Amino acid sequence: MVKWTDFERATIQDIFSKIDYGVVGPAALSRCLIVYPWTQRYFGGFGNLYNAAAITSNPKVAAHGKVVIEGLEKAVKNMDDIKSTYKDLSVLHSEKLQVDPDNFNLLADCLTIVVASQMGAAFTPQVHAAFQKFLAVVVASLRKQYY
Amino acid sequence: MSLTAKDKDTVRTFWAKVSANAEAVGADALSRMLVVYPQTKTYFAHWKDLSPGSAPVKKHGATVMGGVADAVANIDNLTAGLLDLSELHAFTLRVDPANFKILSHNILVVLALMFPSDFTPEVHVSMDKFLSAVALALSEKYR
Repeated sequence: MVKWTDFERATIQDIFSKIDYGVVGPAALSRCLIVYPWTQRYFGGFGNLYNAAAITSNPKVAAHGKVVIEGLEKAVKNMDDIKSTYKDLSVLHSEKLQVDPDNFNLLADCLTIVVASQMGAAFTPQVHAAFQKFLAVVVASLRKQYY
Repeated sequence: MSLTAKDKDTVRTFWAKVSANAEAVGADALSRMLVVYPQTKTYFAHWKDLSPGSAPVKKHGATVMGGVADAVANIDNLTAGLLDLSELHAFTLRVDPANFKILSHNILVVLALMFPSDFTPEVHVSMDKFLSAVALALSEKYR
């Protein structure tokens, strides 16, 4: 059972209430595909991913970025049991999508960087720590059903 | 994953924008690392104050960014340029190289936060590659 302090709970709710899902999701996913190009292996059907400009303007990447961040919202709404909330998503990523779970950390790092650039100085070390803890729990829950 | 000519240009151009604020970047990155990745505090047990923005943290953040500036100046041969620093980290400080990745990530977060419009995905990938190359050069003398 993950224990959240009041500060951590409030911080996560606050971040997700302030960010624009339509901006942050696509920005994080496209940044991941640009900065860690091997992650493109999972998106063969997305069309033109040849360079940064193509990735940033790719509508399938944008749409999928939104799907990912909406998936994160499930964890935000169920912070006390992210593990069971993500059971099916974990099976999906393991059995069907067959994503190497180390990639979850790459996307998590890109999401942190996008949120930091949106929040500026408001992304204090303490806020950053809460966000990092949240993402660590999310990643661990997504890894849970891999065998 | 070596640095292309384009990566080097991108790093040099971006660094020119950042360097005036290098000390602030270093202080924030180090402060952040100690809070977000508390296991890194084990290397600084001899400091009186490990809190964000404290005097020792600020001073050391500036030292670290001085190293990064050196690396930018030696971008064409990082292994040779950072030899002394590598010996320092390998024989005296004995920092586990896994921590280089952690500090690099925190530097990138601070760059994104302080330079949101300049820290584009293209700059991000070149800087990430650069900091990885620096970490590799720092690990050179370890074994």
